[in-house]
Amino acid sequence: MIASELETAATAPAQRWEPHIIAFCCNFCAYAAADLAGSKRMQYPVNVRIIHAPCTGKIEMEHILDAFEKGIDGVLVAGCLEGGCHFLEGNLRARKRTSRIREILDEIGVGAERLKMVNLSTAEAPTFVKRVQEIVETVRALGPNPLKSSMQKESAGKP
Amino acid sequence: MIVASPKSVTELKNLVAPHGKVLFVACGTCVTVCLAGGEREAGIAAYAVRMARKMEGKPLEIVRILLERQCENEFIKDLAEPAAKADAIVSFGCGAGVQAIAERFPGKPVYPALNTQFLGILEEQAVWTEKCLGCGDCMLAQFGGICPVTRCAKRLLNGPCGGSTAEHCEVDDGRPCAWQLIFDRLKSVDQLDRLDAIVPPKDWSPSWHGSPRKVVREEHRV
Repeated sequence: MIASELETAATAPAQRWEPHIIAFCCNFCAYAAADLAGSKRMQYPVNVRIIHAPCTGKIEMEHILDAFEKGIDGVLVAGCLEGGCHFLEGNLRARKRTSRIREILDEIGVGAERLKMVNLSTAEAPTFVKRVQEIVETVRALGPNPLKSSMQKESAGKP
Repeated sequence: MIVASPKSVTELKNLVAPHGKVLFVACGTCVTVCLAGGEREAGIAAYAVRMARKMEGKPLEIVRILLERQCENEFIKDLAEPAAKADAIVSFGCGAGVQAIAERFPGKPVYPALNTQFLGILEEQAVWTEKCLGCGDCMLAQFGGICPVTRCAKRLLNGPCGGSTAEHCEVDDGRPCAWQLIFDRLKSVDQLDRLDAIVPPKDWSPSWHGSPRKVVREEHRV
């Protein structure tokens, strides 16, 4: 299910370049916090597409790498506060996996800054909004995913 | 089981640099258990290498496949069709798996994706330690089931060196002294008298030192 949602989110059209961010949100915190932000009519950048995950521990490293390969400019992994995971340590595992992917992104030249993991609780709608704004600003400063330009060159070369 | 570690993305990328289409072959046995060369690890490596190549403007096509056991011809035969369509094969098996595939496909470049390390056991999640050197002449009975040949940094067979303590090895603070473990173990099974025997110098000829080994079991041959 995560993979199919990612497919849809990653292929959404963009008119002029704006950071295209995917936020993997845990059902028990960030997803509810995003929902609360909506209920409270709090504004946050439209650049973010939310993917609903049962727990950040359920997000495979391949899901995140797939997002970057598909041309996503930045990824936010939003899980519960440390010690507050519904499945005890899913968020702690997600943090380790996220750190490993950040290393890979640096090694291949995409850049670790494009991936960030944050922790928050259900009630923290303002924190959710703030974290989203932060990653959008970070990625806007970094520019488009460098894989995107190579993909365009690739498709331009095709008959 | 055989324990291995993945090579870096950069090393892997450099190995396949001359090729445009490669086959990533994961192995479903030891290296899956040690989280180095299973389906998931091969998948992650495929994403990383593919993106690294895209960054260089030289896209790479990667086909992934899982073989249940790369070190047996019976399983490798499933590889014939995908291998024919690829320029090269990257094996996520141990060193034996890589060589088994290379023997099976003489005309195809075969590269290792892992550094094969040792025969060991899982101590805790994602921590493995070396337990067996494969010396070809097992002496575990004499030492209470703890191998000084593998686990003593100096491979001493007649008691500890002068530098160890009850807690740890002289060579590495993080490693227990194998001889302390042997003493404790023999004491707990009431076999301390085994330590009275002088162990003669070990014959290393059945080990790798005597040249690459071969095992033939006539009773099972067909």
